[in-house]
Amino acid sequence: MKAVRTPEENRRISWFCFFATLAFLGLVLLLDQLIKPTSPMYMLLTVLQKGSVYALAAVSMNLLNGCTGLFSLGHAGFMLIGAYTYAIFTIPSASRDTVYQYYDAAVRFSFPEVFGNAMGPAGTALGVLVAVILAGLMAAAFAYLIGLPVLRLKSDYLAIATLGFAEILRAVCQWQKLGPITNGSNLLKSFARVSKFKLVLGSTKLTLSTFVPVLIAAVSIMIIVKLINSTYGRAFKAIRDDEVAAEAMGINLAKHKMISFTVSSFFAGVAGAMMAMVLSIAQASNFKSAMTYEILLMVVLGGIGSTSGSVIGSFLFVAASEWWLRGLDSGTFLGINAPNIFRNGFRLVVFSVIIMIVVLFFRQGIMGERELTDVWLNRRRARQKKKEAGK
Amino acid sequence: MDKTILPYLISGVSVGGQYALIAIGYTMVYGILRLINFAHGDVFMVAGLMMVYAAAAMPLSLAIPLVIILTVLLGFTIERVAYRPLRTAPRMSVMISAIGVSYLLQNLALYITGGLNKNYPQIPWISDRVTVLGMETSRVTIITPFLTVFLVVLLVLLINHTKIGMAMRAVSLNFETSQLMGIRINSVISATFIIGTFLAAVGSMLFFTNYPGVVPTSGAMPGLKAFVAAVFGGIGSIPGAVIGAFIIGIAESLIKGLDTILIVNGTITEQIGLATFSDAFTFVLLIIILVFKPTGLFGEKTTDKV
Repeated sequence: MKAVRTPEENRRISWFCFFATLAFLGLVLLLDQLIKPTSPMYMLLTVLQKGSVYALAAVSMNLLNGCTGLFSLGHAGFMLIGAYTYAIFTIPSASRDTVYQYYDAAVRFSFPEVFGNAMGPAGTALGVLVAVILAGLMAAAFAYLIGLPVLRLKSDYLAIATLGFAEILRAVCQWQKLGPITNGSNLLKSFARVSKFKLVLGSTKLTLSTFVPVLIAAVSIMIIVKLINSTYGRAFKAIRDDEVAAEAMGINLAKHKMISFTVSSFFAGVAGAMMAMVLSIAQASNFKSAMTYEILLMVVLGGIGSTSGSVIGSFLFVAASEWWLRGLDSGTFLGINAPNIFRNGFRLVVFSVIIMIVVLFFRQGIMGERELTDVWLNRRRARQKKKEAGK
Repeated sequence: MDKTILPYLISGVSVGGQYALIAIGYTMVYGILRLINFAHGDVFMVAGLMMVYAAAAMPLSLAIPLVIILTVLLGFTIERVAYRPLRTAPRMSVMISAIGVSYLLQNLALYITGGLNKNYPQIPWISDRVTVLGMETSRVTIITPFLTVFLVVLLVLLINHTKIGMAMRAVSLNFETSQLMGIRINSVISATFIIGTFLAAVGSMLFFTNYPGVVPTSGAMPGLKAFVAAVFGGIGSIPGAVIGAFIIGIAESLIKGLDTILIVNGTITEQIGLATFSDAFTFVLLIIILVFKPTGLFGEKTTDKV
């Protein structure tokens, strides 16, 4: 049971979150300059890049599954739309013909070039941003169309139908007739990717390859948090807790479900675009239902219904699978050398066992339904009480 | 024109039979636990992999029963370890647990096989080539529908005329009441999983004989399709699942050959890659049925209580 917050406390929490985010972004910017690709700590940057992609994906899934109680498994499909939209609109026109080697490319311009030609370097950045937003809008548009029939379904039927739509999207993207747009079953490459993101100020050159994805994720997550804390968010939670009661209270079920579904998909699309820019390729066959399952497991790890939990869960997930447990795949782990056991794939087995343990015995995940701010607030209140008792 | 469609039709009936055997596992578990057992397709894949390893180590007459027993044991263990502790938990938790098991089985298979395609052993007699109605095919294609129907009839008899079958029907009707009437819920659920995985093991032998090999993700797609078949037929209904599976199998097979059929027909002049949609069609069917008749062809009607 959450205690009611006073306006004063709310104001403090907002400022606290704002400054914490700013400090984190500053730290990331610093790390981006200090850690060179040759350094062993470079893994940290990779984790931050991929982690921010998955964090946004997990938070947007949590908005739907955790906050609105709509158990949807279509995330990979919307990320696919986002990744493809971003990739298609940022491939430089010079490399179009090499990328679309078997087809006659239909889209012949790229946003970074169009804006770059008009406004210089700032335009290039704007072009990337426009492509990212378009990726989200495209995913949201598809979500709206899919949502019209699908959102009438309940719990597990909804899960299966959305899973099905994600599979259909993947199949359609690979159809040879759409080759001029999606490049058929071949991958899309050479588009704007994080390793190229730099800021040149006179003679100094700032690397932004980790900063940009983290920034996009941070801004997007802030918007989602704002939504969850608004009246819409309260309506979502009411729908989750009891649909019939929520409807009786005058909440328009169809409208609110659709808002939650399209907003969640918008940010899934943005996450897809980020994934494309981090991995520097986009291929439909990567966006399988296994990806949705992984994101879902991140949400579960962090605690269903908790936004900060989703963020923590996804960074832990990515750090463990990309970095800490690497040794399990390559022969030596914690100083134990056993190449016969620690071979390719062992990491994932250990990892899935850990996840099963969490699912079975720690159903609340790391945060339960609480947020980090709740933890912070409780400690603050306890301190104040102590002070008053001291007087 | 018949000559063009017939091979696709026959292979469709065969694939449908294989899906039916998997679909029964889904529909029975859903009927009793209201749980989509996401791990069922992966159990099917594991059965295929075990056959690969067993056939390499021992004669087939020993390998086939051993694989069936091990698969049944696996299904039983999954229920015991991953679903039973969550019996009183919200349904979403159990579904997540099922997804976790599916993830674990796939990763385990990836680790053991090293991600390589494992060649499925040739089972003598059933993988022989035979000629039927003027077209050549493997014998398994012809046997599958008959074997499926035979097993389904046995199962229906079991459910309608034995004590455990009666208990299953009672539990699927009302979980709590049947518990109060003295039915041992846990043994009924275990029996359901045993039957479901047994049929999946048989299905995997028929299915993989027609395919070049087994990879860790081979179970995912057949699993999803079998689930769609179960929903299409009305989840909880065994005849429904079987009919749904045959419809999906035939439709999928016809779409795989649609380019060729349309070319012979004269509607189109070149290949346009419609085969890409053979998987997608299954889900289109799912969405159509869910929107227009959410309980499926033979499903029971349920209403929400406040």
